[in-house]
Amino acid sequence: MTPFLSLNGVRKEFAKSVAVEGFHLDVAEGEFVSFLGPSGCGKTTTLRMIAGFETPTEGRIKLAGEDITYSKPNQRNVGMVFQSYALFPNMTVAHNVAFGLRVRKEEASARDERVVQLLELIHLPDKGDAYPHELSGGQQQRVALARALAIRPKVLLLDEPLSALDAKIRDELRYEIRRIQQELNITTIYVTHDQEEALALSDRVVVMSRGRIEQVGPPFEVYNTPATAFVASFVGQLNRLNAVVKDNTNGVLRVGDSEVRTTSPVDAPAGSDVFLMLRPEELTLDDQADNVLTGNVDSVTFLGSIVRVQVAVNGGRLTADLFNERLLLLPVAGESTLVSFPAHACWVMSRESR
Amino acid sequence: MEAVDTETERVKVGGAQAKRRKGPPRTRLVSWLGVLPFFLFSAAFLIGPAVILFYRSLEDPEGGFTLQFWGQLTSDTVMRAYGMSVRLSLTTALVGGVFGFLLAWAVSLGALPRAVRSALTTFSGVASNFAGVPLAAAFIFTLGRVGVITAVFELLGVDLYRSGFSLYSFWGLVLVYLYFQFPLMVLVMLPGLDGLRREWREAAENLGATPRQYWRKVALPVLMPSILGTMILLFGNAFGAHATAYALTGGLLPLATLLIGQQISGDVLNNPGLGYAVAVGMVMIMAIAIGIYTVLQRRSERWLG
Amino acid sequence: MTISTAPVQVGAEIPPAEPPGKRNRLFAWLIVLAGAVYFLLPLVTTGYWSLRAVKDTLGFEAYRRVFADPAFVESFTESVANAIAAIIVSLLIIVPTAYWVTLRLPRLRPVVEFITLLPFVIPAVVLVFGLIRIYGRPPLLLTRTYESSRILLVGAYAALSFPYMYRSVDNGLRAMDVRTLTEAAQSLGANWATILRKVIFPNLRVALLSGALLTFAIVIGELTVALFLAQHTFGPFMANLTRSKVYEPAAMALVAFGLTWAAMGLIAFLTRPRRKVTR
Repeated sequence: MTPFLSLNGVRKEFAKSVAVEGFHLDVAEGEFVSFLGPSGCGKTTTLRMIAGFETPTEGRIKLAGEDITYSKPNQRNVGMVFQSYALFPNMTVAHNVAFGLRVRKEEASARDERVVQLLELIHLPDKGDAYPHELSGGQQQRVALARALAIRPKVLLLDEPLSALDAKIRDELRYEIRRIQQELNITTIYVTHDQEEALALSDRVVVMSRGRIEQVGPPFEVYNTPATAFVASFVGQLNRLNAVVKDNTNGVLRVGDSEVRTTSPVDAPAGSDVFLMLRPEELTLDDQADNVLTGNVDSVTFLGSIVRVQVAVNGGRLTADLFNERLLLLPVAGESTLVSFPAHACWVMSRESR
Repeated sequence: MEAVDTETERVKVGGAQAKRRKGPPRTRLVSWLGVLPFFLFSAAFLIGPAVILFYRSLEDPEGGFTLQFWGQLTSDTVMRAYGMSVRLSLTTALVGGVFGFLLAWAVSLGALPRAVRSALTTFSGVASNFAGVPLAAAFIFTLGRVGVITAVFELLGVDLYRSGFSLYSFWGLVLVYLYFQFPLMVLVMLPGLDGLRREWREAAENLGATPRQYWRKVALPVLMPSILGTMILLFGNAFGAHATAYALTGGLLPLATLLIGQQISGDVLNNPGLGYAVAVGMVMIMAIAIGIYTVLQRRSERWLG
Repeated sequence: MTISTAPVQVGAEIPPAEPPGKRNRLFAWLIVLAGAVYFLLPLVTTGYWSLRAVKDTLGFEAYRRVFADPAFVESFTESVANAIAAIIVSLLIIVPTAYWVTLRLPRLRPVVEFITLLPFVIPAVVLVFGLIRIYGRPPLLLTRTYESSRILLVGAYAALSFPYMYRSVDNGLRAMDVRTLTEAAQSLGANWATILRKVIFPNLRVALLSGALLTFAIVIGELTVALFLAQHTFGPFMANLTRSKVYEPAAMALVAFGLTWAAMGLIAFLTRPRRKVTR
């Protein structure tokens, strides 16, 4: 089946640097895809190429069967939501939302009806006559969303729409956006540097770094089976221990003076130095799992639902995230402790990769 | 136990706060002293002169109150002078406003090299202060009766002055005034144009608007308070200008400022009271202009700031 | 008198140029070219004129004659002295006022700002009219002698510089977050005199220089007030020159232009945006 939106070999060069390179992505209709990465990784540039504000140096972009690589932005019928809302200050909320329809010379009554519909959708039905500066940041962003949706775009593009908002509003609006997207079944590209956001909202996540795609996949996959060291450390917290391969066919490694087994493939030959990667939530402070290490508690931080314990072991330092319980006996800094984790919870990364 | 402790603490804190809130009266007096020189000086050199003119314009020769001089403002000489001043100011405000805006647009949004913008900004700073004798002289050398460009036109077979042009006429004055009107418009509009956020244009494009539609529906409406306000500023600027007109025409043309100047040197109206009324009338017109400018500027800052 | 209020912001945070269509750029160039012709032509012809003092040659004779003219030297030095006096008076009045209004008497700010805008509302010719009327009669007689009129002149110039000086100082105070600095100094034990001297003035240097240079540019060639107060400053000197000589006024005009340019250029240089130290 032909993908609804596809980018093929897209590359963007600026005067002094290459912003995006070798970008291949196929997006199905109705899919919610996030571009996730640190600033400067090229995610916004790629989004702007889909919108038409930048032209690819190489490669092609196809939308609904049409090649839009070189089309002008006002001919693509994509809806864009900007980080700074970009509402027209001289127009009321209703006028802002109706702008695209006015430009298309849609008939007045149909237009007005659509505006009312959209204001309902974003839960601001009585703000039609207000001006942007009279609204809060969160309300302005919702209006910006309605404005972009008014023209019934083929794709919805969001450029870090929540970065400028307070944490609490961000949380609420995050799920609003997903709800609306699902209700309308509109293909969506969402750019963010917040991995929690990307994981919570997306059907698939595109992790980017320095202009290249590091990994594409559903959130669960990207988190639990990171393809590169970058993805592993950018998405979620990550523990890294120094280890030496003892037996790579059976997945046995030596960490400090203990032996550790892993069910993940080990490519490096015996005797080589590697990194052993572990997620903090898979560690427990007992000897119940396959692999057990001994160490000393460095610090204990109570974060509410999570208790974060830092343990120094032979081979490095581990951060363990434990669920809080009312009757929990918190470990004390300085006391010795055991740390264990299942064989399937760890994987190996060679020391050369970033 | 705890309740009592916190109670007393609160009282203690409240007491200390109460003391601090009043503040030593000495601080306040010193503050007022700090600004006293300013008010005294302004009274002596700004407010005083204005007030005395106002006062004298309402004083008849015997010292009583009268409105007769204000009524005489409609006399021929005065009306002619005001009329020409208003015409001159409106013309230079409009022409200066439109072309000045285009210049500001060209260097900010016209994709020209940055150096051009720097050059224009620096030059505008200079040109807007270049008024007076040097400016008039420069134009006389260019388009005066024996000016260089006049001579060039003659070489090409065109006699400028025979065909009706004169630097010492209304339009000549307009031409000269524009030399400091354009730069003023540029200097004030550049920050405004910078305030046009790129995302507005992109959002408009994204929603299907052509560049022209974007300008008509978004950019110009947003800029309008600033454009109008600055044009009014230009109006005031031209209306109150004296030195350039004096240096260029020496008083040949009836202008409000020149009239006042002549009145200072020698009661050319034969009516001191009327002279004062003319001066105060000018101040009132300027006050209205600056007032409207301030209001419009504030509105535009709300959208563009 | 003109209102060049905006500080010359050369090279200030210029947003990256958008690439609009080629037609737009062509149009922009045309406009800039037209502007350039209009602005440069009078300067070029004046320059050309100023070099033709000696028949059939191009030389600096006109400039030589002007600079050798004792009247020039006298009037110019007098103008410079007036300018410096006006600047000092203006600084001494404006800086404490701006500081106090910002820190202690914020409610007075609108009033103070209104007063600093009065020079725009009261044109120079009206101002000098009023000055002569107030100070033309005892007990405030100041127009009788040259020296006392000169006091009026300097006072008027200081007053006319208020809009620029106040705006400069106000911007400078905002940029240095004067409230926080004052509180820090106070917590370290300084009194207000020390604060003004060691904290405020040093950090305001650029703003003060800008305001001073603007005032200088305005005062140097000022004509209206000087004329009616019968002062022999540079402005009236130039006016007389225009009436009596042919080539010298051209040289004079260019010198005046050059001076203004130097002053503005210096302001632009001083207020240039500096790369922030980021770590």
